[in-house]
Amino acid sequence: MKSGVLNLVLKRLGIAAVTLLIVMFAVFFATSMLPGDTASILLGQAATPEAVAGLREAMHLNDPAILRFLRWLFGLLHGDLGTSYANEMPVATLIGGRLVNTMKLAGITTLLSVPLALTLGITAAMLRGSVYDRTVTILTIGVISVPEFMVATLAVLLFAVYLKWLPALSSVNEAHSLTDLVRIYAMPVITLTFVISAQMIRMTRAAVIETLSTPYVEMALLKGASRSRMVLRHALPNALGPIVNAVALSLSYLVGGVIIVETIFNYPGIAKLMVDAVATRDLPLIQSCAMIFCLGYLFLITAADIVAIMSNPRLR
Amino acid sequence: MTIARATTSRRSFLGHSYSLVGVVAALVILAWTLVAILAPYVIPHSIGDIVDDDYFGPMRQGLWLGSDYLGRDMLSRVLMGARYTVGISLAAVSIACFSGVVLGMIAAVTGGWLDTCLSRFLDAMNSIPSKLFGLVVVAAVGSSIPVLILTLAVIYIPGAYRFARALAVNINTMDFITVARVRGESTAYLIGSEILPNIIRPVLADFGLRFVFIVLLLSGLSFLGLGLQPPLADWGALVRENIGGLPFAAPAVIVPSLAIASLTISVNLLIDNLPQKIRDRDA
Repeated sequence: MKSGVLNLVLKRLGIAAVTLLIVMFAVFFATSMLPGDTASILLGQAATPEAVAGLREAMHLNDPAILRFLRWLFGLLHGDLGTSYANEMPVATLIGGRLVNTMKLAGITTLLSVPLALTLGITAAMLRGSVYDRTVTILTIGVISVPEFMVATLAVLLFAVYLKWLPALSSVNEAHSLTDLVRIYAMPVITLTFVISAQMIRMTRAAVIETLSTPYVEMALLKGASRSRMVLRHALPNALGPIVNAVALSLSYLVGGVIIVETIFNYPGIAKLMVDAVATRDLPLIQSCAMIFCLGYLFLITAADIVAIMSNPRLR
Repeated sequence: MTIARATTSRRSFLGHSYSLVGVVAALVILAWTLVAILAPYVIPHSIGDIVDDDYFGPMRQGLWLGSDYLGRDMLSRVLMGARYTVGISLAAVSIACFSGVVLGMIAAVTGGWLDTCLSRFLDAMNSIPSKLFGLVVVAAVGSSIPVLILTLAVIYIPGAYRFARALAVNINTMDFITVARVRGESTAYLIGSEILPNIIRPVLADFGLRFVFIVLLLSGLSFLGLGLQPPLADWGALVRENIGGLPFAAPAVIVPSLAIASLTISVNLLIDNLPQKIRDRDA
């Protein structure tokens, strides 16, 4: 029976690999469609046609797209992300520090939102139909229904304008003490936590409620188990798979979230780098950033699926 | 047979009692739709006119929602913004759901390699984060209104496809489909007359949800400056251009945000409060 799970997991990983290839292809061609000739942009208006032609030759811009794609792919596999058009620096150097900043932001958000969302989701499911449950449900619908920038805007209004606890902008350069650190990360993390937790609470609540309606939980109720014992001992172990699945899926919302949050709070992360790169048409930089985001996203949704497969007792 | 089904379902549809929240939500949606249609006739000032000496002016008589960062009338700009936000999103969601649902039904009915290829490809499309996709495409081909509509539609086709295919696959195993097949009906007849009437209600609920996603994504793109370009402004763009008013809580930055929220929350609440039979998604 164990081989059944293994097969399914391997199959899912295979699908993820094929998906990755298609995604790389899509990212490459979408960025190749960027308007304007890169060579003439780089050389500026004073460039002679000969110089432009020479640069095009040197940058392999005249080669067929498929050849350029294969060359780019080959470079990626060797860890060579290319050179930024805008400032002649290796893309890897540009991305390095920024990626760490974004990972810090994502990491802190995850550490905060997972326990918060699981507690709220599970308790709301336990007290289904109560005022508490309805408040949580309405709040989560509210947060899900509004754009991320609005959550950010409201957070700024509340914490920076009315309460004056925190600065509206963040800059990582000047962190000398713990309070500095809190002030820098607070606003972006609060915003992201709201966005991610709302999704996670909804999915967790749904997963636990589904488990609570199964016959064996009813059995536990009938034999006189207390409500908390019923949830913690009987329902939760079986809901664990769906919950982890929900956590991984919700974390994939981080990808969209950081793009908005880093822009609005001027946070020096990789999403801000990419939005700026789009403005300067810095092709290699856009491609690499987009790939990093797609990789992260793909990793999370694949992980979610694999957890769902592994936790299905019928396959064990 | 189809006609008889339609009339009975309609009677039970009207027979349902609606919750108050659902009715209020429907009214808000109706109001925004009317605003979107009638905006050019009801706005008090032209959206380009500078009518206030002060920028980020407060709410007062004559300027009911204050003025924006150039001293233009905010009420007029929000009303006109509704036109773009609602119009573009509606066009995009119509294209996305129509293509997605038709492709999904064809895939479910035909099966085989077509189904496999289509599902694989659209699943891969689904693995590109939506905001990133919008960012790259809009940066690549500019952000005119047709490009925005098509981009938003393409981003949400995979979701609509997946949803419709899952529903259609269930219906496809029913006896009446087998009977129709044995009769020698064409694929077009199968999907139009046998499958579609049986999945239309969950598909419509899905249409509403996808509309919300598209409004949010469009606002997000406009907020990043990659959506509608000035002088046109949808609600997301209005928040972006007035973000400077945030430190003094100007109505110019709060009102467009509230407009987006009122629309999306209403659609969500309406769908949540639809009678169980309509919203039931057994996919």
